[in-house]
Amino acid sequence: MVQPTSWVRPLTTAAGLAIVLVASVADAGPVLDAVRARGHLVCGVDAGVLGFMQLDNQGRWSGLAVDVCRAVSAATFGDAAKVKYVPLTPLFHLPALQAGDVDVLAANSTYTLTYAAALGVSFAGIYYYDGQGIVVPRKLRVRHARQLGGAAICVQRGSSVESSFSEYFAAARLKFRQVAIARAGEARTAYLAGRCDALTADFSALHAMLATIPSKTDDHVILAQALSKSPLSAVVRHGDDAFANIVRWALHGMIAAEEYGVTSGNIDRMLMSNDPAMMRALGVTPGIGVALGLPDTWFYNVVKQVGNYGESYDRNLGSGSPLGIPRSLNAQWTKGGILYAPPIR
Amino acid sequence: MAVEALSSAPRVKVAPWNDPVIRGWVFQIVVVGLVGLLAWYLVSNTIDNLERQKIASGFHYLDREAGFEIGDTMIAYSPASTYARAIWVGLLNTLKVSVLGVIMATFLGTAIGVGKLSNNWLLAKICEWYVEAFRNVPLLLWLFLFYKLISEAFPGPRQAIGAFWNTVYLSNRGLYFPVPVADPIYKWMGVALLVGIAGAWGLQRWAKKRQELTGQPFPSISAGFGVAIGLPFIVWLLGGAPHHMSWPELKGFNFDGGTVIQPEFTALLLGLVLYTSAFVAEIVRSGILALHKGQSEAAAALGLSRGQAMRLVLLPQALRVIVPPMTSQYLNITKNSSLAIAIGYPDLVASINVTINQTGQAIENVLIIMAAYLSVSLSISAFMNWYNKRIALRER
Amino acid sequence: MTDMPVGERKQLAPPVDDSGPFGWARKHLFSSWGNAITTVVLIVAMAWILSWFLEWAVFTANFTASTGSECRGGGACWALIREKWRLIFFGTFPFDQQWRPFFAVVIMLAMLVTTSDRRMWKPWRLLAIWSIGSFFTFLLMFGQLHIPLSLFLAIALAIGGVGMGFRKGIAQAGEMNLYRALAAVGLAGLVLLVVGVLPNWKLPIAPFSYVETGLWGGIPVTLILATYGLLFAFPYGILLALGRRSNLPLIKGLCVGFIELIRGVPLISLLIMASVMLPLFLPTGVTFDKFLRAQVAVILFAGAYIAEIIRGGLQSLPKGQFEAADAMGLNYVQKTALIILPQALRVVIPPLINTFIGFFKDTSLVLIIGIFDFLNTANQALVDPAWAGYPGEVYLFAAFVYFCFCYSMSRYSKYLEVELNKGTRR
Repeated sequence: MVQPTSWVRPLTTAAGLAIVLVASVADAGPVLDAVRARGHLVCGVDAGVLGFMQLDNQGRWSGLAVDVCRAVSAATFGDAAKVKYVPLTPLFHLPALQAGDVDVLAANSTYTLTYAAALGVSFAGIYYYDGQGIVVPRKLRVRHARQLGGAAICVQRGSSVESSFSEYFAAARLKFRQVAIARAGEARTAYLAGRCDALTADFSALHAMLATIPSKTDDHVILAQALSKSPLSAVVRHGDDAFANIVRWALHGMIAAEEYGVTSGNIDRMLMSNDPAMMRALGVTPGIGVALGLPDTWFYNVVKQVGNYGESYDRNLGSGSPLGIPRSLNAQWTKGGILYAPPIR
Repeated sequence: MAVEALSSAPRVKVAPWNDPVIRGWVFQIVVVGLVGLLAWYLVSNTIDNLERQKIASGFHYLDREAGFEIGDTMIAYSPASTYARAIWVGLLNTLKVSVLGVIMATFLGTAIGVGKLSNNWLLAKICEWYVEAFRNVPLLLWLFLFYKLISEAFPGPRQAIGAFWNTVYLSNRGLYFPVPVADPIYKWMGVALLVGIAGAWGLQRWAKKRQELTGQPFPSISAGFGVAIGLPFIVWLLGGAPHHMSWPELKGFNFDGGTVIQPEFTALLLGLVLYTSAFVAEIVRSGILALHKGQSEAAAALGLSRGQAMRLVLLPQALRVIVPPMTSQYLNITKNSSLAIAIGYPDLVASINVTINQTGQAIENVLIIMAAYLSVSLSISAFMNWYNKRIALRER
Repeated sequence: MTDMPVGERKQLAPPVDDSGPFGWARKHLFSSWGNAITTVVLIVAMAWILSWFLEWAVFTANFTASTGSECRGGGACWALIREKWRLIFFGTFPFDQQWRPFFAVVIMLAMLVTTSDRRMWKPWRLLAIWSIGSFFTFLLMFGQLHIPLSLFLAIALAIGGVGMGFRKGIAQAGEMNLYRALAAVGLAGLVLLVVGVLPNWKLPIAPFSYVETGLWGGIPVTLILATYGLLFAFPYGILLALGRRSNLPLIKGLCVGFIELIRGVPLISLLIMASVMLPLFLPTGVTFDKFLRAQVAVILFAGAYIAEIIRGGLQSLPKGQFEAADAMGLNYVQKTALIILPQALRVVIPPLINTFIGFFKDTSLVLIIGIFDFLNTANQALVDPAWAGYPGEVYLFAAFVYFCFCYSMSRYSKYLEVELNKGTRR
């Protein structure tokens, strides 16, 4: 017979204590207060997307989406480095944000109605206008997505790509065979090995993939048809408009800086400018930070430490990177794209 | 234990707080109460959180249109089907790969385990290194490697390797082979097969009984086969002997017609079988070694060859030691098949993953996964326990 | 058959000479026609596979390229490993501080190796090795430890409680009083802490910069998840096993239900639950570290498996041991801790090591919830535009590292099995 003895009590006490020891009570107030109190931003990123979030040889994060986090950190703390990155697989993007594990999600989430309205999150700024495309080997001589009836098509599982793609083919009354693969790396292997006739993913991902097979880039064509739009956006939780505003304006700041011609290189010279709009933006004339609850130098800090949108794009995706993705939609509105930052005033 | 023995003896009167029975019940009630309290605390928190975050809950989403394609299905499915059907398709795929995996891993593992005991030094060494290599590297890594090998080793559909007078094609799209065109009679043939198997089993029992009573043998095995195969054949003839086949043919990008074993499935099955067979081999080997040496010597003395001794004397006895640990390997195959998600085989977890992504309802979906695996695991355990009882040594 | 006269019996050939290399080969490789054919086929197949592999992995391989595009000679691109090995081994740990996880791994391996020495198998020695080793491991990994007063009090309470339970009736009065005092101080302190009278003072030890678990990655993560997963699962697995063997029906039912539930579902589903559902289980605002969540899932999972192994050990003990302990008037705790467990645990050490190997491999699943264990950092090495396209090399390298760890552990478990059976072998 088991006899309840004196060891039971210490044991249950210890168990209770362990829970107290390990569970830390986070600030239940708005996100911004929590971020400030903590002294750093927690940013959810996907676990490895070429050009948007990737680890360098020294284990540091870089990429366009990562730069959005850095900009938010620069605006909030005056230091772009006060960010902790939490790598997440697609399945855990939303739960992590909802649970408060991350303050902001910069994980290439697509801005859609359901996502925005039903899941308790808000979209705080589109940092890349992507769309779903198809890449096929040139030797198949396919020029239009409609010619792909009966083809085997590789798709990365779990992305929004998966359903919009079957909708497109259903609308065109075409049959296809889907090979859904969990990770971009395996999808790439399968496509290059000829497992599928075509690979569908966001245009940026297709460009990135082609860039990694330099000698054979010409062997593959990216079809011009966009199967769907996918605006990639930063996401925050509902309920803290002040924080959502900071995320939104840090990104607007980067975009506006490119439009104004301000770069991390010339911004110190710009401080001497006599242009009233420039003086206001850079905080030479005080007042620009008040509405956001930030110091007046937030715009200066973002551009100085992260660079303007164009610099970040070139560094991570564009001509300055091995990927070399053309700006197209993501050019300034003055240059034929649709990047259009609201006025900073 | 000792207390039972005491309870029949005249009991010494003790105070209730010193009575072991009462103390036992108090202890149990306290523990169960604490567990219940914890469960209530977790559930109430969850309900609170769901309400606060305005996350939908309940299983209503199962009736909604799934909207995603599944690459490899055993039953009719389209993106217009419901989530429930998508999950069901995934579960069937899990079962398919698990059942095949269990069967193949058993045979391969037994062969390797016996090979490790071979008197050919080289064969024994190779079997040993096979076991070490597969046991000591994570299955996930094997799956990545196999998938890469399989998708790169075979040619594209246009250069497919044709075999058997070009009725079977092997390419990186999978193995295509012909199947009969669907006909209502096949369903009845299936029924006839089941009836035939039942009949053969009955025949076998009857023949055994007769032999025990009268000593007259009856060729029950061949007769049984005759019944089991003949019955569906007669049904086929009665149904007008439909013989239209669907042949795989290269049409456009891919083969059309026939049926296909896809590379993702092959990679997963191969990974599961090779990995698990290493563990099975160890179990089989130690099962055989656990037998008394006299058994193999007696078999040799009777003039049986090594192979005969293994098949007729050693393995049947080793089975008693082998079955219990084998059960957990079978459970492992089922559970490990959930790694399919990494290489794109659409199993249960893959379907559930997309469903969580699209509906945002994690709790319900995780409950479905757990319930599904639990019922499969418990059925396997129940079957193996039954089998274990059947083969257990009946001591008289 | 009639007997032949003695003189006409055929002379048997002398036994085949099986000494020397030729003799050895004749006996072990070519003893019959079937064997000879098997041997030849195997040699040819092995030669073919080996030559193909060596051609790819050594002769045409590239060890020195500085980018992926220079690496396209057809052979393996080991230059990728040379470039990325620190990322693969240590993940996102701050680059200039990566000597810290290196030494943490060394300490953990040292703990494992010293634990494998049978002379160390004394509770106090093991406790000393593991508490000191763990302290330095986590000091190196975190960089700073702030040890709260509550931990000291909990340890005092634990020592006192365990001592009171185990040494009852054995120890001198002075020793018992010491345990009582420790337990009393611990309990009183904790109560005061919970009430809020006593401030939770922290002992700061901060020799290095702080690195939170989110930045940990690679080999240390794999080792920590497996080692501490099993370490913490061990006591709780023992409790589950004892519960399952208990004759209190409710306790038994709870334990059986829990063990079968956990063993019936894949680790993936528990990991998903730990990461997605745990935050929902807890009150609003309370958060768990992601790493800790994975660790908790591994502990829960491992506990059920350990419980079944220990149950096997318990079942192997003859009934007389239980009865003898009862006859000596030992209470349940003393009987279990002093008589039953030491014997049962001895039997189950080899299968426990195999479970450890299993968990060392299975923690690779945490990549699904975004923790950078060794396999996941290896995967991250593939996300680099300059080096994409060599998954085979990275996977093989990872497989090799896993093999080295697991193979040495499985050899040790084999050796131990023989060693522990020496006494009982007939």
